[in-house]
Amino acid sequence: MSNRVAIIGVGMSKFGELWDRNLRDITLEAGMYSIFDSGVKGSDIDGVVIGNMSAGRFTGQEHLGAQAADMGGLGDMPAYSVEAACASGGAAVRQAYMAIKSGEHDVMLVLGTEKMSDVNQTEAMNTISVASDWEWEGMFGATFPALYAFMARRHMHEFGTTEEQLAKPVVKNHANAAHNEFAQFQRPVPIEVVMKSGLLADPLRVLHSAPITDGAAGLVMCREDLAKKYSDTPVYIESSEQSSDTLALHDRPSITTIGAVVNSSRSALKEAKLELKDIDVLELHDSFSIGEIILTEDVGIAKKGEGGKALDEGITEIGGKFPVNTSGGLKARGHPIGATGVAQIVELALQLRGDADKRQVDGAEKGLAVNIGGTGATSIVHILGR
Amino acid sequence: MAEQGVAQVWRRIRSIYNIQGNKCETCGTHYFPPRPVCPTCRRKGQLEDYQFKGLGSIYSFAIVRQAPDDFKRQIPYVIAQVELDEGTRLTAQIVNVDPEDVKIGMRVRACFRKIKEFGHSGVIVYGYKFEPTMKVTGHDK
Repeated sequence: MSNRVAIIGVGMSKFGELWDRNLRDITLEAGMYSIFDSGVKGSDIDGVVIGNMSAGRFTGQEHLGAQAADMGGLGDMPAYSVEAACASGGAAVRQAYMAIKSGEHDVMLVLGTEKMSDVNQTEAMNTISVASDWEWEGMFGATFPALYAFMARRHMHEFGTTEEQLAKPVVKNHANAAHNEFAQFQRPVPIEVVMKSGLLADPLRVLHSAPITDGAAGLVMCREDLAKKYSDTPVYIESSEQSSDTLALHDRPSITTIGAVVNSSRSALKEAKLELKDIDVLELHDSFSIGEIILTEDVGIAKKGEGGKALDEGITEIGGKFPVNTSGGLKARGHPIGATGVAQIVELALQLRGDADKRQVDGAEKGLAVNIGGTGATSIVHILGR
Repeated sequence: MAEQGVAQVWRRIRSIYNIQGNKCETCGTHYFPPRPVCPTCRRKGQLEDYQFKGLGSIYSFAIVRQAPDDFKRQIPYVIAQVELDEGTRLTAQIVNVDPEDVKIGMRVRACFRKIKEFGHSGVIVYGYKFEPTMKVTGHDK
């Protein structure tokens, strides 16, 4: 049994509305970049796992494992996809982590991919909403933004969170994405623009929401003892934890906390024998800005109800005590659903390697990523170290 | 193969029309929709059908302004989490009220309405929505 699992290569396709490229093009691009970055040969890889939520509905294509192995010219090896809604990418990383840690695999390619712009807006919205409890939420008219609006309104009601605070993660994340060449929106956005953007589901606005994105991200992962053979700058997965909660948001005792995030982040820190103060950089799932506020609290950066205050104090900015979403997050890097959890790990690996250019967090040694599915029915947490 | 939505809705009609759920006689918890297993008691649980009274209050809500085609004709509409008096919550539209007047804590009662159509030729779904009790009984003045 291998001790830790190493990440020796990272790669991403451009994130955005990529009208000239299809699902297999972007998946291949991320895979090739990560293999080139790692120094492994295709023949060193002994398995592929892909995070994807709904290629069948978005593009009409399923069976993505076989597709990736085929298009990448990787030949005969186990290859399959895993699904956990918006946490599919994190689930793929975790599958490979467990496969390598068990000793069954030595070097694996992990991909996350989603091609969302091949369907119209309505079909994209319908597909996203199946991440919630469709029969008892979606069918009655609760769109996905409406469910997050429930959380936002309740957070404002219970803790006095303001509309200005709701806009702040967006401003911060856009500013970070301005330095990320793979991000969908590489430009800052003023707070007034966020606060006046169109309403999706009051109190949530268009600019509180992650966009529709095409994109893929990849990692090459291997046994710890093989890492130095391929890479001078491997980073390691210190822990991988996963929790579940009720599928429907209305079945939870509180909707201003995501219990699965509380549980999985606590157990990930425990497993890694770390405390939150040891963490230098975080990627938190901000599909809506209220999500980042709630996760800031649930991970423990701020007390419950004070996620907005943490933003006011700049704690989560680059240069602050706990920089969150240096990549631009889901909001500004983009949110190709199945790719997101892998892209979070790509960002942490770049940060720990010191390869994050103008968005680099000085001396980052430990990073934590939270990838959630639906409204928090799944939470997957990874802690990376170098 | 069934026409789109027909079987999917028909097999849930008792719950969708009448807010019928169940109650675990072991721990006393009410469930809506009916759960196949009581998550607290599991195999020690005793689930019996339970007819909810259809009264409750608004726990949280949103005013939907962008919706899929099935709901486009209704926008803007209010969707809410309603906390039923039995303690369980569900997600439903709030009607018979100006969206701007909806508040957390507002008392509501169930009413029977058309929910949506499954596309042009699909089944029409009827079921529960909620309306303010005060407005109906005239006690808001």
